[in-house]
Amino acid sequence: MDPATLVKAILLAPTLTILVFALVRIPWRARVPLGLVLGVGGAFGAAATLDAGLLSYLVSFSIMAGIYAVLCLGLNVQWGYTGHLNFGIAGFFALGAFTTALVTTSAPTGTLAQYSQQAFGLELPFLVGIAAGAVVAGVVAFLIAIPVLRLRMDFLAIATIGIAEIIRLVFQNERWLANGPQPLRGVPRPLYCTVQEPTCAWLPAPVAAWLAPLAPRDYIFIYLGIVTLILALVYLALERAVRSPWGRVLRATRDEETSTAMSGKNVPRVRIQSFVLGAAVMGLGGALYAHYTVTIDYSHFNPLFATFIVWVMLMLGGSGNNRGAILGAFIIWGVWSGTAFLTEALEPGLRAISETLPDRSAYLRWLLVALLLAAIVLYRPQGLLKEETIVSRHLLRRRGAAATTPGATATVGGAPPAATAPEAAGRDPGGG
Amino acid sequence: MADPAARPLLAVRDLVKDFGGLRAIDHCSFDVKPGTITGLIGPNGAGKTTLFNLVTGFLQPDAGRVRFRGEDVTNLPPYRIFEKKLCRTFQLPREHRSMTVLENLMLVPGRQVGERFWNNWLRPATVKAAEARLRGQAMEVLAFVQLDHLAHEPAGNLSGGQKKLLELARVLMAEPELVLLDEPGAGVNPTLMRRLAEDIETLRRERGITFLLIEHDMDLVMSLCDPVIVMSEGKKLMEGEPERVRRDPAVLEAYLGGQYAAVEG
Repeated sequence: MDPATLVKAILLAPTLTILVFALVRIPWRARVPLGLVLGVGGAFGAAATLDAGLLSYLVSFSIMAGIYAVLCLGLNVQWGYTGHLNFGIAGFFALGAFTTALVTTSAPTGTLAQYSQQAFGLELPFLVGIAAGAVVAGVVAFLIAIPVLRLRMDFLAIATIGIAEIIRLVFQNERWLANGPQPLRGVPRPLYCTVQEPTCAWLPAPVAAWLAPLAPRDYIFIYLGIVTLILALVYLALERAVRSPWGRVLRATRDEETSTAMSGKNVPRVRIQSFVLGAAVMGLGGALYAHYTVTIDYSHFNPLFATFIVWVMLMLGGSGNNRGAILGAFIIWGVWSGTAFLTEALEPGLRAISETLPDRSAYLRWLLVALLLAAIVLYRPQGLLKEETIVSRHLLRRRGAAATTPGATATVGGAPPAATAPEAAGRDPGGG
Repeated sequence: MADPAARPLLAVRDLVKDFGGLRAIDHCSFDVKPGTITGLIGPNGAGKTTLFNLVTGFLQPDAGRVRFRGEDVTNLPPYRIFEKKLCRTFQLPREHRSMTVLENLMLVPGRQVGERFWNNWLRPATVKAAEARLRGQAMEVLAFVQLDHLAHEPAGNLSGGQKKLLELARVLMAEPELVLLDEPGAGVNPTLMRRLAEDIETLRRERGITFLLIEHDMDLVMSLCDPVIVMSEGKKLMEGEPERVRRDPAVLEAYLGGQYAAVEG
């Protein structure tokens, strides 16, 4: 194994380990060793056996899927938990991306300033940039929420899609703000100096020597680690927020709004809170995207790429389930990327039908995604991973505790509960 | 109840509500005295449910006042009225169907620590303790209405009668002083109905909860309620002991037709 492969394998190991932790639901006592073995083993196996080009492709694929997973988690707070039909994901995505771009780049000077304009450039660090992206998206969502959240379902969808288009068109037309129709270039890559020739000044010499075999094009291995870490943190933070009494109010509002109000809950307030939280997470996703692509412009934030594909991801993965949201993002991004090869393979056949058909083969991919969405809604409306019945994580039983609950199912819909026999079996031991 | 000094718990004064050209509630006034199970009867369209909606803040009256414990609660939003321990159930159960019966109950109590968003990030231990307490309270209430064996079942899977019990249980979680029950007996089989009546009587006797209930089942009203208020065409027709009400010619008049036999019988 040459030194570069070795470094790549080590950089991949944490990501794969986290993946195993997320997917395998066994007690942590067994999960930690299993995750370490599979994660490290998988990373070394993949780095050693896969062709370098394919490995890089898989890494950049995972980065984009990870960014989409963040967007999906944001949508899950809004739709999965609260039932907000938000078709304006692209707007918050764009706000996050442009905000971090303005916060982390430097404003162009001299001749460059004649070709590239932007409102300001603060040259602040990456973490400040992505935090600002989340905050700005959240603040804008709050301002939008006050008038717009009076609407429900389809009407809310119409309003939010309109707002996303307004945001996109503002970035397209306001040259002074973020270079208007021209791309905004040079969004810095965090920790990029680790793969450059004079390496980062602050890096300890042994680490620098260890990273030395990496070429600049191997930077994606570093960024994958950053995206995975942020995705994991967002997931944990959202699980804490949403699997709670607060999340219970959200779910109750989604199920039956009148009755939630009658239970003394301030329904408008929680609806706004969940909309803002979801939008802030989407803004964070947008910021991660900007630092990955380096160059951004308005055209990236169209409804198809930035809104509807996220919806398909969440519908497939499972609305109301955060793990499902992440799973859906990876699968749909896989389907989307895979169909690129498919249309190439189909090209001769399409050409046989009509000379000009292959030029339009890109639309075939959208057709497939749309068919997939229709199939999900018809055959598996709850998604791959169903939402959990118990909302508050404080009510989850510790693993290994006596499973008394399934006994209760038998009596549902049966005789009036005056029948006392099943009661003893179904009685809960209490605690929690 | 005969004590004239007893202040009314709920005082409805000159309430008016128009829906377009239709006057649904027409200068309606009545009192509910503490510690009673007051029945509210009247033919369909008399304005009983509208009156509940006005009292609990779901509709705003066009005129008149509602006082609860001497305090003016007219025009307050539903959740503010709920916080004052004036609670209601709905004619058609409105359970949170995807949530378990247990969590349907745990949702109800107001001002929970964990309902504040930041506390879930900053004070998880406090939230956890509060949840454990709340769970205990919810299991007690479920045991009282004998739904404890269904605690972990999604509420949407319950039968119609069980959903009625769930509605009552949810209201009990709020530790109410006055409960407005909108047709608790509708669609409930006789066995369950008897149990429901016993539960209501027990709650009044042991916990001092006052009830105001709309009901069409005259047997239930006559055996459970005292006094009974009769509404017709948006106003109070009369009020009195069940025996007096069932003999009153004006009441029989209002109930003419199919309902006549029920009142007689």
